[in-house]
Amino acid sequence: MSKIQEEIKKRILVLDGAMGTMLQRYKFEEEDFRGERFKDFPHPLKGNNDLLSITQPEAVKSVHRAYFEAGADIVETNTFSGTTIGMADYYLEDLVYELNFQSAKIAREVADEFIDKPRFVAGSIGPTNRTASMSPDVNDPGFRAVNFDDLKIAYKQQVEALIDGGCDLLLVETIFDTLNAKAALFAIEEVKEERNIDIPVMVSGTITDASGRTLSGQTVEAFLISISHIPLLSVGFNCALGADQLKPYLKRLGNNTSLNVSAHPNAGLPNAFGQYDQTPEEMQQLIREYLQENLVNIIGGCCGTTPEHIKLIAEVAKEFKPRPV
Amino acid sequence: MSYNSDKYLKLSGLEPLIVTPETNFVNVGERTNVTGSRKFLRLIKEEKYNEALSVAREQVEGGAQIIDVNMDEGMLDGVYAMTKFLNLIAAEPDIARVPVMIDSSKWEIIEAGLKVIQGKGVVNSISLKEGEATFIHHAKLIKRYGAAVIVMAFDENGQADTYERRIEICKRSYDILVNQVGFPAEDIIFDPNIFPVATGMEEHKLNALDFFRATKWIRENLPYANISGGVSNVSFSFRGNDKVREAMHSAFLYHAIQNGMTMGIVNPEMLEIYDEIDPILLEHVEDVLLNRREDATERLLDLAESFKGDVKSNEKAIAEWRNDSVQERLTHSLVKGIDEFIEIDIEEARQLAKKPIEVIEINLMAGMNVVGDLFGSGKMFLPQVVKSARVMKKAVAYLLPYIEASKDGSTSSSAGKVLMATVKGDVHDIGKNIVSVVLACNNFEIIDLGVMVPPEKIIEVAVKENVDIIGLSGLITPSLDEMVYLAKEMDKLNIKIPVMIGGATTSRAHTAVKIAPEYKETVVHVNDASRAVTVATNLLQPDTKITYAKSLREEYDTLREGYLNRSREKNFLSIEEARKNKFKIDWNTFEPVKPNFIGTKRIEVELSELVDFIDWTPFFQSWELYGKFPAILTDEIVGEQATNLFEDAQKMLAQIVSEKWFTAKGILGIFPANTINDDDIEVSLPASSFQLLTLRQQSQKTVGAPNIALADFIAPKEIGKQDYIGCFCVSTGFGVDEKASEFEKQLDDYNSILVKALGDRLAEAFAEYLHLKVRKEIWGYASDEVLSNDELIKEQYKGIRPAPGYPACPDHLEKPTIWKLLNVEQEIGVKLTESMAMWPASSVSGYYFANPESKYFGLGKIKKDQLEDYAKRRNISVEQAEKWLSPNLAD
Repeated sequence: MSKIQEEIKKRILVLDGAMGTMLQRYKFEEEDFRGERFKDFPHPLKGNNDLLSITQPEAVKSVHRAYFEAGADIVETNTFSGTTIGMADYYLEDLVYELNFQSAKIAREVADEFIDKPRFVAGSIGPTNRTASMSPDVNDPGFRAVNFDDLKIAYKQQVEALIDGGCDLLLVETIFDTLNAKAALFAIEEVKEERNIDIPVMVSGTITDASGRTLSGQTVEAFLISISHIPLLSVGFNCALGADQLKPYLKRLGNNTSLNVSAHPNAGLPNAFGQYDQTPEEMQQLIREYLQENLVNIIGGCCGTTPEHIKLIAEVAKEFKPRPV
Repeated sequence: MSYNSDKYLKLSGLEPLIVTPETNFVNVGERTNVTGSRKFLRLIKEEKYNEALSVAREQVEGGAQIIDVNMDEGMLDGVYAMTKFLNLIAAEPDIARVPVMIDSSKWEIIEAGLKVIQGKGVVNSISLKEGEATFIHHAKLIKRYGAAVIVMAFDENGQADTYERRIEICKRSYDILVNQVGFPAEDIIFDPNIFPVATGMEEHKLNALDFFRATKWIRENLPYANISGGVSNVSFSFRGNDKVREAMHSAFLYHAIQNGMTMGIVNPEMLEIYDEIDPILLEHVEDVLLNRREDATERLLDLAESFKGDVKSNEKAIAEWRNDSVQERLTHSLVKGIDEFIEIDIEEARQLAKKPIEVIEINLMAGMNVVGDLFGSGKMFLPQVVKSARVMKKAVAYLLPYIEASKDGSTSSSAGKVLMATVKGDVHDIGKNIVSVVLACNNFEIIDLGVMVPPEKIIEVAVKENVDIIGLSGLITPSLDEMVYLAKEMDKLNIKIPVMIGGATTSRAHTAVKIAPEYKETVVHVNDASRAVTVATNLLQPDTKITYAKSLREEYDTLREGYLNRSREKNFLSIEEARKNKFKIDWNTFEPVKPNFIGTKRIEVELSELVDFIDWTPFFQSWELYGKFPAILTDEIVGEQATNLFEDAQKMLAQIVSEKWFTAKGILGIFPANTINDDDIEVSLPASSFQLLTLRQQSQKTVGAPNIALADFIAPKEIGKQDYIGCFCVSTGFGVDEKASEFEKQLDDYNSILVKALGDRLAEAFAEYLHLKVRKEIWGYASDEVLSNDELIKEQYKGIRPAPGYPACPDHLEKPTIWKLLNVEQEIGVKLTESMAMWPASSVSGYYFANPESKYFGLGKIKKDQLEDYAKRRNISVEQAEKWLSPNLAD
């Protein structure tokens, strides 16, 4: 049994908060994204946050450090868009392996600075910007911009690099199309088999709105059934909703699974300016309700959350026992 | 009950489906299945996906909790159709809410399906049929894709048909899945085979009971596994008696569910409510299902009669129809194909008519219209229609002298004049004759030019006779080019006659892509005889023919563009790369078996010895009855027809054998051989040597799969080990044409077609027989082989006998080499036509490969580089090579 599987029995584990929100505070410009290495790159690179693991590693490391200091048990690598599919927008497909490897490596380095309690690095595997079970063309519903095999190949490369870089576990997250996630899980299983290793996997879907379904149309229960064919450390939801809107779906999820449950909601819903303004105290109160109702085993934050949010969440998490599994 | 148990079968579409002990029964929709629904097949073939989607929608709205999707049909690109249809379903939330059952016997289609469903579906099915290794490999992948699986009670020795075999195979499958693959037990669904009861056969008595017992045993001994099955199978003996069938289905389900059956394919319209079944009927049905009395079947059969309602006992029925009006009697004779009373009735009609011709124009046409309607709506099948035509012909023959005598200048009005021909170089005409008969039945005048008709002759007759339609047929691949050539010639001559294309190798795609662009007038592909009448009528209907022609043209244009676009997407390897990825055999450890005999040898055999080697499935296909033998005899839709046809065939076969209608002649040779230059096989004769040229697959394969050529199965020369190859030609065709024309003279097309079809089957049987002798004695590399006929048909033996012109070696130009090697024409008299078809038609030729790793494969498309290389090796021009291999060229 891996270390994290022992730890999760003992206590509620705390996941980190947003990476993007924190990096925005640096107000990086085009030349910062490029750094020395990409200064002559023919295409714009501003906005490619994953690239900062290579060009501004100290900034990324300091975000990780801030979350660990706030009390997070797990930080996520800065690799949300780190597949050939995501990097195609920046013409950086060739950089994918290095990008994931470096991101995992620096997160690992920061984790190893903390010796008070076990700290873990989760390789973040995002949904990509394409969907395998929906057509982007309303006039051609049978069309697909990406297929299972494309996704599987891309995910496999990302997974290998994340593991090589030193991740303790993998987090397939922000799943809005379950078929994409199934391709990622397939790739993970292949890597596990080829290397004869085991690595814990967290799966986290996204309920997009009050319909209670994923973007690709699945209900909570259908989503759960669709990703339960491989061994998972946990299943949960993240993004799109704040902690209060997410709660009913977490309950439904928990009622139907014997896996650990995770949640990393946004800091509320975005305001008119697209900013998240739920305060750490407000979010802490909502999370306290989660804990009182025994909803989660892993808790963290998504868009708009900061080390301040995580600090308060970690404090309240300490007061409760983990959800019985 | 906890919804949360990990041990329930849980499936999902957009919504969950959890099978708990409280779920009485999960009903699987069966109409989105090309093998079970002609309508669905047509919609998919014609790419009418919107309508196909509505079939799926009706299923779900009608209460199906899972939809079964099957695209297994020879002419369909199953992977494409499965992917496309499931992708479209994904965009329809009202359909996609239920889980999908991906139903195929082909792994690549199953895998294609698994790659496009976001939910957790069910694979239908896998089994131990092909051994443990394949079973484990597939199960592992299914688990990784995230689906449940139906496991058939089928193993290397065949399908389980007893209680013991059922539980033995299910137990073995379960243990492998759970212990070796780590497959979740609750995701295993066994199909322990539902077979018919009350068939009158002793060995079928326990069919239902064994299923119930096996179901119960599985539920008690294989924890968490589920049970499924196709319910309508059980009542096949009572086709036509819905009352009994409905009762039997619900009683069967009732007991099956009591014993633990969890899901199944059921037609909800064919299900009586258990409690509402007539108590006496129920008792009789359950006697049969549960085998409660020795005479259960007889008692149910007797009782069933009284539930038929509209059908009386046979003699009474005969007596009754003979009392009907003359028109009704004629119609009855035509529909039922009865010629016993036809002359009496025709005579009566003639006396009533003003002119003899009116009997044809009014009475007989009225009857044939009924036949046409029934056929068109799928209520009659081809063998019946051909029998109707026989009656029609007899009636007309009886009337002819009277018509001649009363000729007053007026002639019968024909629906149109159709020229029918099998093109140059091709001798196959069963399909063409069937279409001719069906058209003739519908009042078309047929000019049948027979087989091997040169294009000049077709054009000459068409112009001279002023025909309305030209129908072209062909079975072998070079015929496709003949058709293209003919289209070009007719276009040059500015001929304006629509052309119908048919025959086994033709396709809508080929017609649209290759023939239609060459001819300004309409060209239309007719995929089966039942459509011929509609197409011909539409082509000639004065008020609609222009729009019909235009819509056909547009349809083919679209198809052509789509086809060209699609074919461009396929990836190919260069021939060098393909050769590097050849099929690898470890020659260092392989020792070729030295044949007991080297040289050539003539083979004579009695027809009676061949009968057991007949594979009947293709026989039914030639009559457009699709299904596997012997299951086809009990098929819900075509079973009755298939049974009748089979009886007629058995009768004729007995005569063929006892009266020696045909002569069987064969020759074979076994020679030392080695592969040279990757793709060629050098055959050494005492005084000379020959080269057999093989072609290599070039399309890009999934990782690990080789690009095969037949040459890969023979040891390469550089290894320094002497290997061997065999060739053969067998024929049972001598005598077939004579018999067929005898029948034709008697106006009996049915038997004429039947005799040819049997000739073809016997030739194949001869090939199978000889292959066995070669394996066990003449070559002797498998002297210890023991296989049943079934296993022979399933080709479970070692070594292969591929034939030039077929998928593994589509190159017909290999035949002349075989002819030279064996001196075929002088020795046994089988000739090659200019298109390399064999005459007589009921002949088979090919090679023998003995290597245990050799296997059948399809060449698929090849690229220009291999074509050029091949032309050099064959010593012909690239243009000539192109002509011969055109169906296999990628660009």
